[in-house]
Amino acid sequence: MTTKSYLDMELLRFTTAGSVDDGKSTLIGRLLYDSKSIFQDQLEAIENTSKQRGEEGINLALLTDGLRAEREQGITIDVAYRYFATPKRKFIIADTPGHIQYTRNMVTGASTANLAIILVDARNGVVEQTRRHSFIASLLEIPHIIVCINKMDLMDWSEDVFEKIKSDYTSFAAKLDVRDIHFIPISALKGDNVVDQSKNMLWYNGSTLLYLLENIHIASDVNHIDARFPVQYVIRPYSDKFHDYRGYAGRVAGGIFRPGDEVEILPSGFNSKIKSIDTFEGPLTESFAPMSICITLEDDIDISRGDMIVRKNNKPEISQDVDLMICWMNEKPLQLNGKYSFKHTTREGRCVIKDVKYKMDISNMSRLADDKNLSKNDIGRITIRTTVPVMFDSYRKNRITGSIILIDEATNETVGAGMIV
Amino acid sequence: MRAYNLTHLRELESESMFVLREVAAQFERPVLLFSGGKDSIVVSHLARKAFWPSPIPFKLMHVDTGHNFQEAIEYRDWWAKEINATLVIASVQESIDKGRVVEEKGYNASRNVLQTTTLLDAIEQNKFDCAIGGARRDEEKARAKERFFSHRDEFGQWDPKNQRPELWNIFNGRKHIGEHFRVFPISNWTEMDVWQYILLEKIPLPTLYFTHKRKVFNRDGVIYSVSDFMKLKPEEKVEERIVRFRTVGDMTCTGAVLSKASSVEDIIAEVAAARTTERGSRQDDKRSEAAMEDRKKQGYF
Ligand SMILES: Nc1nc2c(ncn2[C@@H]2O[C@H](COP(=O)(O)OP(=O)(O)OP(=O)(O)O)[C@@H](O)[C@H]2O)c(=O)[nH]1
Ligand SMILES: [Mg+2]
Repeated sequence: MTTKSYLDMELLRFTTAGSVDDGKSTLIGRLLYDSKSIFQDQLEAIENTSKQRGEEGINLALLTDGLRAEREQGITIDVAYRYFATPKRKFIIADTPGHIQYTRNMVTGASTANLAIILVDARNGVVEQTRRHSFIASLLEIPHIIVCINKMDLMDWSEDVFEKIKSDYTSFAAKLDVRDIHFIPISALKGDNVVDQSKNMLWYNGSTLLYLLENIHIASDVNHIDARFPVQYVIRPYSDKFHDYRGYAGRVAGGIFRPGDEVEILPSGFNSKIKSIDTFEGPLTESFAPMSICITLEDDIDISRGDMIVRKNNKPEISQDVDLMICWMNEKPLQLNGKYSFKHTTREGRCVIKDVKYKMDISNMSRLADDKNLSKNDIGRITIRTTVPVMFDSYRKNRITGSIILIDEATNETVGAGMIV
Repeated sequence: MRAYNLTHLRELESESMFVLREVAAQFERPVLLFSGGKDSIVVSHLARKAFWPSPIPFKLMHVDTGHNFQEAIEYRDWWAKEINATLVIASVQESIDKGRVVEEKGYNASRNVLQTTTLLDAIEQNKFDCAIGGARRDEEKARAKERFFSHRDEFGQWDPKNQRPELWNIFNGRKHIGEHFRVFPISNWTEMDVWQYILLEKIPLPTLYFTHKRKVFNRDGVIYSVSDFMKLKPEEKVEERIVRFRTVGDMTCTGAVLSKASSVEDIIAEVAAARTTERGSRQDDKRSEAAMEDRKKQGYF
C-alpha cells in the first residue's frame, strides 16, 4: 500500500457480540488469518499451544484470548482489541466476551463501535444472550448490525436453518431501534463466507463478511450540526512570548466551530466570540468533531474544565434532573436514593438516584415497572439529580454529550453506563 | 458541501491528544515514561501538540538499565531539550547497588525484569500518581486487553480479570492514596500507524532505527549487538553486518534485523512486507506464552 492511500483510509470500529461459545473469537481469528494480518511468530505461538493442548488444527480463538485464564477456560473474559487494514479501510476490532458474567466488558467494547457483528450458533438459534447483546447494541446506538449465523458446518450447511434463524431474529429486532441489519451464514472454523465465498452454501449469494465490512456505508456517526465543545483543560503558558495567552483545550463533540463564531459559555451564560482556533501547526479556519484543538475567545471570561462552549442559537439542555437508560455493572446493586459520583463529558459532580422507572426484562423486551432492583448486568431506566447542572443532549442525538458514567464513591469503581434519554 | 471527515491517522492523533489532556486534568503528578524508542517519542510529540503553546505539563522519566545503546542515550538527552521537557532518570544500577534487586547471572542475564522494581520505587519516591506509556495493543496479546486508563493497586499490580469498565471516552482516573494509573495514549495505534505518522510529522528518530554497519553475534536466531553487557559463548563469533533495529530497548534483549532501510519510507516498505511482529526480535517475550501478562501484573510497563 502506498503512503498516500494509507493516509486516505477510513476508520471503522466494530465489535463482536453474542452468546458464550458462539464463535466470536474464532471468527476474529479467521478474519485476521484469511486476510493475512497475522505474523509468522504469532501463528507459531498459537500453533504450539493448540498442539500442546491436543486440539486438532489451529485454535484461532487463541489469537485474541490473550489472558492465561482465558486460555485455560477456553472463554473470553475481557475485551481484546485487534487491528487490521485492507486497502479500503482500517479496522479496530473489539472482541468481547459472551458470558453473562462479563457483560460489562461487552459494553466497554461496544461503546466505541460503529458496527456490531452478532454471532448466533446455528444449532441453538436466537438465545437470551443474543437478545441481551442486540438490545445493548441498539441502546448504544450502534448504527450497523451484521448477524452471522455460525457453525453452519454442524447443520449440514442448511438454508432452512439459516432462514429460520434469520426470521426469528428479524421479528425480535422489530422491537429494537436498529436501522441497518444484514445476515450472513458462516463457518468461522472453516472460513466459509468470512473472507472467501463458501463452496458449501451455493444457495447463498449475498456478500462475505469482509466484503460487507469494507463496503458498508458508514454514514458518519458524528454529529456535525449541533456545535458542542466541552472544555477539557485550560492552557496558560505564562511565557514571555505567550504572556496573556489563555486557551481552552478540548475535543469538538459536535458541530463546526470557526473563528468569529458567536458563542455562549455554559453553564455561566456569558457570551463571547471565537478569536482563534489554535494547533501546534498553526491556526485553523474551521474545526469539527472529533478534532482536538485549542480555542481562544475575544473576551476574558472565567472558564474552566467542565464548562461547555456552544453556539448562541443552538444550546443543549441544561438541567440537574437527568433521565437515563443505565447498564448496571457492579456486584453491588444500584441503590435507590443512593449517592454516586458522575462523569459527563469533562464535567463531574455528585448525584442521587431519584427514581427507578423500570427494569428491562430481556427475555421478552418488556418493561418491569414494579421491579426497582438493578443488579449487575441489568438494564433499566432511572432519573438522577445532580449537584451541578449538566449540559447534555439525548444520546440518540450525540453519543458524546449524551453519555454519562456513575462511580461508586467508596471504591472509585465505574458502576453504571448511562445513555441520556 | 464538503465532507467533514478525519482520516484514520488524524482521528488516532486526536484521540491520543484527548487522552493526554485527560491525564493532565485528572492527575496531580503524572510522568511520561520515556525509553527513547519510537513509541515513546511519538507520545512525547503528541504531548507537545496537546499542550502547545504551553510546555508539556509533566516530566519525562527514563528507567535506565545501564545497558543502553549509546545512540539512544544521546538522542534522549537531545530530544528532552528539543521539546523543553525535564528528564528524570531512574537507575537500575542504583537499585542493584542498594540491594533492592539482584542481578541475573549467566549468558542470558538481562536487567529487563529488574526494571519493574526500579520503576515502582521511582513512582513511589517521586509520588507520581500516573505513568504514561507508549504501549500499543497490537504489540502483544496481553496488551491487547488493557484499558487506556489502567488502574494499579498499592503494590503497582494490574488485575487483568477485574479491570474497570471503560466506556466511550469517559476515563475514570479515581484512586485511593498509594494507588496509581498507567495510561496508554497510543493504545489504538499499530506499528504501521506509528511509522506513517513519523513520516507525516517528520519526527526525528535515533539513528539505530536506520541501516548501519555493526558488530553483531547470533544467539538462538536473534542478532545481538556486541557490547560489554553480553558475554559471548565460546562458539559464538562476532561478525560485521548491515543492520537496523525495529525496537530500541535494553541491549541485552533487543535484536537487530538485517536491513538496508535508510529512510522512514524504506522502513515503511519493510514493515509492510514483514512476516514477524516487532516483538518477535525481543527475547523477553519468548520466555513463555504468558510472559508479558505475568510481567505486567507485577507492574512492568
Ligand atoms: N464446528 C464449528 N465450531 C466452531 C465454529 N466457530 C467456533 N467454533 C468452536 O466453538 C468453540 C467456541 O469458540 P470461541 O470462538 O471461543 O467462542 P466465543 O464466542 O468467542 O466465546 P466467548 O468469548 O467465551 O463468549 C470453539 O471450540 C470453536 O472451535 C464453527 O464455525 N464451526
Ligand atoms: Mg471469545
